[in-house]
Amino acid sequence: MAKKLMKGNEAIAEAAVCAGATNYFAYPITPQSEVAEYLARRLPEVGGVFVQAESEVAVGNMLFGAACTGQRVFTTSSSPGVSLMQEAISYMAGAHLPAVIVNIMRGGPGLGGILPAQSDYFQAVKGGGHGDYRLIVLAPSSVQEAVDLMMLAFHLADKYRTPVMLIGDGMIGQMMESVEIPDKAQERPLPPKDWALTGAKGRNPYIIKSLFLDPVALEKNSILLAEKYKVIKANEVRWELYNVNDTNQLLICSYGTMARICQTAIDELSEEGLSVGLFRPISLFPFPEKVIFDEASKPNIKALLTIEMSMGQMVEDIERAVVGVKPVGFFGRTGGIVPSPDEVKDAVKRQLASDGRKKKG
Amino acid sequence: MANDLLTILSRPEALSSTITHYCPGCTHGIIHRLVAEVIDELGVRERTVGVAPVGCSVLAYNYFNFDFMESPHGRAPALATGFKRLRPDMIVFTYQGDGDLASIGMGEIIHAANRGEKFTVIFVNNAIYGMTGGQMAPTTMPHQKTTTSPMGRNVETAGYPIRVAELISSLATPAYIARAAVHTPMHAIGAKQKIKKAFSYQVQGTCFSLVEILSTCPTNWGIAPEASTRWLEENMMPYYPLGTLKTPEGKEK
Repeated sequence: MAKKLMKGNEAIAEAAVCAGATNYFAYPITPQSEVAEYLARRLPEVGGVFVQAESEVAVGNMLFGAACTGQRVFTTSSSPGVSLMQEAISYMAGAHLPAVIVNIMRGGPGLGGILPAQSDYFQAVKGGGHGDYRLIVLAPSSVQEAVDLMMLAFHLADKYRTPVMLIGDGMIGQMMESVEIPDKAQERPLPPKDWALTGAKGRNPYIIKSLFLDPVALEKNSILLAEKYKVIKANEVRWELYNVNDTNQLLICSYGTMARICQTAIDELSEEGLSVGLFRPISLFPFPEKVIFDEASKPNIKALLTIEMSMGQMVEDIERAVVGVKPVGFFGRTGGIVPSPDEVKDAVKRQLASDGRKKKG
Repeated sequence: MANDLLTILSRPEALSSTITHYCPGCTHGIIHRLVAEVIDELGVRERTVGVAPVGCSVLAYNYFNFDFMESPHGRAPALATGFKRLRPDMIVFTYQGDGDLASIGMGEIIHAANRGEKFTVIFVNNAIYGMTGGQMAPTTMPHQKTTTSPMGRNVETAGYPIRVAELISSLATPAYIARAAVHTPMHAIGAKQKIKKAFSYQVQGTCFSLVEILSTCPTNWGIAPEASTRWLEENMMPYYPLGTLKTPEGKEK
């Protein structure tokens, strides 16, 4: 397929169709309503299903019911809407069901605003719903990457029978970029969906549930989930390095569209004679902790600087990953304010001039 | 002569042999059996999927002999919507209590009915929260004592009991809505006819269907089983009249 200029939200929608996910449930919320608007036209063309639900609570649970068929299902929403879906996400994780949830983040907490932010990192990566579970969390930094990661998200959801979350900020959803979407996604082998509810014909009934009143059975399910996350941690870590070399004095840690702004700052700092590298996690869970530790341990690196569109969330995972081997600073703006390359450059210079103690602000 | 023996009653194939956990005098067991008989008679067991609620019947999937999914509290109609839209060839029903459907899940049931989702709802109304130990429900009768209305339901502060069947019947979308009871054999026969009608509409792909079934809760009402059936007749039936409230043809039957 030729390159096309597409808005992020529409490209995400088309990527799902390409991945064979033609079953979509949603409730409108800024800044991602275009996904539903696009699919309301597009899905009838491919014989798909689109239900506009009465609430995000219902969306999550329609997704839950639909996932029980074994077909590929997904939804898209933004921060407050994703909060309402947490109930169903916890249940789907507990019941080992595949589904893809896209969060085009806006500022919070509460009703917050409608402009881009990255303040749902904790919710996505650390839980969100109740219980001992994790999601695979993928964070694209361009519209093309959002397309590619959507297709990967469906694959990983099926491969591990787990909900997968794709998080981007409002910029990813709203900006237009040139993208390439194949007519049909290349499929890799997947385990059979022998758990799907298809009617108890010639077999014993299947029950999809997350209730285990026997504590031993409940712990067994939690251990099963934990074992699954171990395999995911071993196999699905994704990241990107930019301008990383032996002359770097500092390593910026940033993800999503914020990381692209950091790239601009890094290029400009390079012209000023300052060598700075970028570490960009693509999978926020599993977090690339070993890679960041190895990069931070290199003798030329004086400090790390985490830059986010939040008051500091991923910075805690960076600190955890480097276990004190180098100082970790933080710079962030939120509320819908996107830091400029100049602000990033200033933060880098402040960090290099500091005495090495942790500096947040 | 063994060969002359005729089986006139046996366990429906759609019912498993598991012994239920329900309290003595509760009618969930009867309702389960009626649903199972209907599924057998319609010959749809191998393409039926049930949605279990949260509440006393949360373990319903252990008592039926076909595929089941378990819903978060009140969300069964949303799960059923998601499943049925993707598999319109399957027979889908939710089995919900009054706390599940009339309280936390009110939004899901109203909107599923209003969209005309083509699944069936078995709604068991016993005027109290059973599983959590007898708290006030949206269906609790005026002045009825529960653990959270110890002086009796005060309609000034808690409002009047919600008549779910009437509420859903007010929607313009075509549907089959009926109310039944199972506390006597005669009523159980009537209830089965309504349940069969509800499933038949689904088999034909006609409309959303809901049967509200008045039930007893001797344990949480604090009344002996036999007296409970009288309490149901004297207190619930005048407020929750039995009958067919709505049919897709648009006329009451």
